[in-house]
Amino acid sequence: MSRTLIALVEDKPGVLARVAGLLRRRAFNIESLTVGHSEEPGLSRMTIVVESDLIGAQKVAQNLNKLVNVVNVEDITEQPTVARNLALIKVRVSGGARLEVLQIVNTFRARVVDVGLDTLVIEVTGTDEKVEGLVQVLGAFGIVEMVRSGRIAMLRGSEPQ
Amino acid sequence: MRRTGAQIVWEMLRREDVDVVFGLPGGAILDTYHCLQEYGIRHVLVRHEQGAAHAADGYARVSGRVGVAIATSGPGATNLVTGIATAMMDSSPMVCITGQVSTALIGSDAFQESDVTGITLPITKHNYMVTDVDDLADVIHEAFYIARSGRPGPVLIDLPKDVQQAETAFVPPDGDVPLPGYQPVVPVDPAEVREAADLINEAERPVILAGHGVLMSGAVETMRAFAERIQVPVAVTLLGKGAFPGHHSLSLGMMGMHGEAYANHAIQEADLLLALGMRFDDRVTGRLERYAPKARKVHVDTDAAELNKIVRADVAILGDVGQFLDEILPLTETVSQRPWLAEIERWRGESHSRDILDRPSNGRLVAPYVIDTLQQETGGQVIVVTDVGQHQMWTALYYELDCPNYLITSGGLGTMGFGLPAAIGAQIAEPDREVWAIVGDGGFQMTMQELGTLVQEDLPVRIALLNNGSLGMVRQWQEMFYGGRYEATPLANPDFVRLVEAYGIPSWRVSDPGDTLAAIGAARSQPGPAFIEFQVAREGDDGNVYPIVPPGAALHEMIRRPDLVGEAETGREGHL
Repeated sequence: MSRTLIALVEDKPGVLARVAGLLRRRAFNIESLTVGHSEEPGLSRMTIVVESDLIGAQKVAQNLNKLVNVVNVEDITEQPTVARNLALIKVRVSGGARLEVLQIVNTFRARVVDVGLDTLVIEVTGTDEKVEGLVQVLGAFGIVEMVRSGRIAMLRGSEPQ
Repeated sequence: MRRTGAQIVWEMLRREDVDVVFGLPGGAILDTYHCLQEYGIRHVLVRHEQGAAHAADGYARVSGRVGVAIATSGPGATNLVTGIATAMMDSSPMVCITGQVSTALIGSDAFQESDVTGITLPITKHNYMVTDVDDLADVIHEAFYIARSGRPGPVLIDLPKDVQQAETAFVPPDGDVPLPGYQPVVPVDPAEVREAADLINEAERPVILAGHGVLMSGAVETMRAFAERIQVPVAVTLLGKGAFPGHHSLSLGMMGMHGEAYANHAIQEADLLLALGMRFDDRVTGRLERYAPKARKVHVDTDAAELNKIVRADVAILGDVGQFLDEILPLTETVSQRPWLAEIERWRGESHSRDILDRPSNGRLVAPYVIDTLQQETGGQVIVVTDVGQHQMWTALYYELDCPNYLITSGGLGTMGFGLPAAIGAQIAEPDREVWAIVGDGGFQMTMQELGTLVQEDLPVRIALLNNGSLGMVRQWQEMFYGGRYEATPLANPDFVRLVEAYGIPSWRVSDPGDTLAAIGAARSQPGPAFIEFQVAREGDDGNVYPIVPPGAALHEMIRRPDLVGEAETGREGHL
């Protein structure tokens, strides 16, 4: 199973390499890892999804906490969270497929962000399941290219991490 | 106050209370070396950078201060790697400073460029590359703080040549280290201490497992008082030797793969293990699924990542061992009678005499006899630094000591070649104490070029070489577990006595047990370094370390020294 961890890290050179290197060295499988600025200058927030059980995730968190540049780590898998994934999907729409694809895009509340002669680029955000669902449906038309952000997540409620 | 980066290095080392560094210069660190004279810090020139790292490590372990190693870029820095990994595994506080090519050349595969911060990422507690001279003073201050605090470890600072040359206004760091993510010491949780105390008060067959953390926390005296109060026997890890007096009636000696049989029996039969500042290394547990099956476990460590890493603890306590002991002491009930101790005594009598005291008396020189003689001559009152292999285990078993930090050895990484350079560091840390390096012929030849350092620095390190003409521990495994096929373990050795004499070091060779005492006496009476080669038995009962827990076996399934009962006619006797 996969578990989601959120890490607040100092925005210093090499931090991503330290985190990724530690996960590699301790033989943890990364499903996705995203990183970007946080609300506080000098700090970045990472969302790390690892293939692991609860005990494994605890070990990941403890080891990450040992890194000097990691301010804190939390396993939020069991907590109420908002989690989102973003995907850009370039799909083939030759022949009469265009209308059908546009309908699907509407149904999924996705957006068309580029129109080509025989392709559309679709932007979708949502839970892993929603994005995965759209990818599956569009697969029938022929996906030319796809890029996904990986999961970003945040605890619900008013308390910051 | 204008200073160059090079000057800031020494200025900051002085402020961090460093009076000796170990190193070897080269192109990318030349600017820093150029300013050394102005600052009056002692520099020990090694023959290979690995020696600098081990010497700094040995210095740190004996002195409790941060050891400092300096090397140039590229190969100089990569030569430090084994020493850094050694220090990391054994939690030894160290700061390594490496030269680097100028910032403009970084990433261009310049001459003697290597990505040292990348290479050392997983084997340092933290590392830095300083690209702005204005950051240098703070980085050095932080590096020392990180190296020595919490669970200590090595920190590396990579210093490009142009940063060493650059000038800036030197502002001494104000003492505060702004590290929001670094919490070296967490106070122990009183509720958990209470839980641990309840388990201890209920236990009938408890054992304390004392590790390196007890020594590093300075908790030796407290632990002794604690063990005596609750009458609990204490087994130590290899790095925990000295954490409990070896001659104490509650001492079980070393546990684990080459631990004494009765110590391992006690652990397997215990109903409570109280693990203090140790990390359940696989050499300590044997087969994990069958480790201490009857025992509940209380685990105290300053590193959260060690808790529940290998052994699931019933009570896992994060924090300093010393603080834990201070707090649990009043919560435990004084025990006067513990029948469990009598049971252990029965095992001790049988196994201690069989595995440790019994020795062949067939006229051959055996390593345990050498170590035992050295132990008796010195009374366990000298600092012993070992290399890695059979002689290391014999030293751990036969060199019983009562003093903290008197056995220096590479435990976690098991680095052959550690002994001689680490002994150099140990002697510099304690110039007035007697230091013995006990080494094997395999490991000695990995770093014996440091004899040059020994002579140049005029250090009175005594070297006892146990020469069995082979990579002995590997050979023992081949004999016991690989059908006796001695692949790549026999060594064609030089004439060690002539070799060491070529450095001007007085040297002796001993092959007759009767000459052992005299040679040790002669070596001890030298004003400077001295060397003894002991030609010891290579194979079979005389050449193997006993007991040994075979790979994959549970802790109590030891291979013991073959029973000598009824073998009197083969020329063996019961005691030395």
